[in-house]
Amino acid sequence: MKILFGLISGIIFGLGISISGMMNPAKIFNFFDFFGTWDPSLALVMAAALSVTAIGYRFILKQKLPKFEAKFFLPEKKHLDAKLLIGSGIFGIGWGISGFCPGGVLPAIFIGHLDVYIFIASLVAGILSTKLLTKMLKYQVAISQN
Amino acid sequence: MVTSFTPYAALSGGVLIGLSAILLMWSLGRIMGATGILEGFIFPKNLDNWSWRAATLLGMALAPLIIYQVSGNFPSIQIPISTGMLVIGAFIVGVGVTLGSGCTSGHGVCGMARFSPRSIAATVTFMATTAITIYIIRHVLGA
Repeated sequence: MKILFGLISGIIFGLGISISGMMNPAKIFNFFDFFGTWDPSLALVMAAALSVTAIGYRFILKQKLPKFEAKFFLPEKKHLDAKLLIGSGIFGIGWGISGFCPGGVLPAIFIGHLDVYIFIASLVAGILSTKLLTKMLKYQVAISQN
Repeated sequence: MVTSFTPYAALSGGVLIGLSAILLMWSLGRIMGATGILEGFIFPKNLDNWSWRAATLLGMALAPLIIYQVSGNFPSIQIPISTGMLVIGAFIVGVGVTLGSGCTSGHGVCGMARFSPRSIAATVTFMATTAITIYIIRHVLGA
């Protein structure tokens, strides 16, 4: 059942990304290009997604448990920190350069567009090297404290 | 490259993204964040934790094929930049979403929908740096 609901959720998400045009870097670039060829579509996608999710979450998160799991998996961190803000800032720079975000590009895997595979390979390389580097830094700090 | 404003497609696509977030939270108690789902897929904790992620990613990837079956066309992907820029941008996105624990779907939709202060701050930050980056590339450097 978990796999089935994961699959259906993924399909609906992918349909949303496909229909909304958020798979298209040209539309992303034009949303942020207020002083050029502005295309406001992204604002409506976000507004619609956000209102639907906010209303749905209000009811769902009042329940004790999700249907097929023993708990809700919500982020435990509550406070802002430098890592969050610096990371988000860096993400925006990459989004601004490439026009793809992870949610926009992952549904495009089976379309067979070479640039999509290039993007995903480099994205995964970025994720892996950051994970490795933060692990190494934590290890360094742990050693220096002993 | 000019794209046309598509309000109805944008709104209906957005509603679907919202519905997918609701369904995943209701059924599995999980956040519909592309970064989080992908990270857990790359670094599996156990089979149970990996398999729903694999299924969700598969579902996402099936969607354009469904669109193709219905309309005869894939969703359009227009990439008006060089491959070099794409590789650099993708790597920076990977670094950023890992440090920042999320992207547009996780922070921008799901986190903001819970009124999480971290997600609101993250979304404001990446929206601002995205806009600045595009402004610099298009209007300062003139690319």
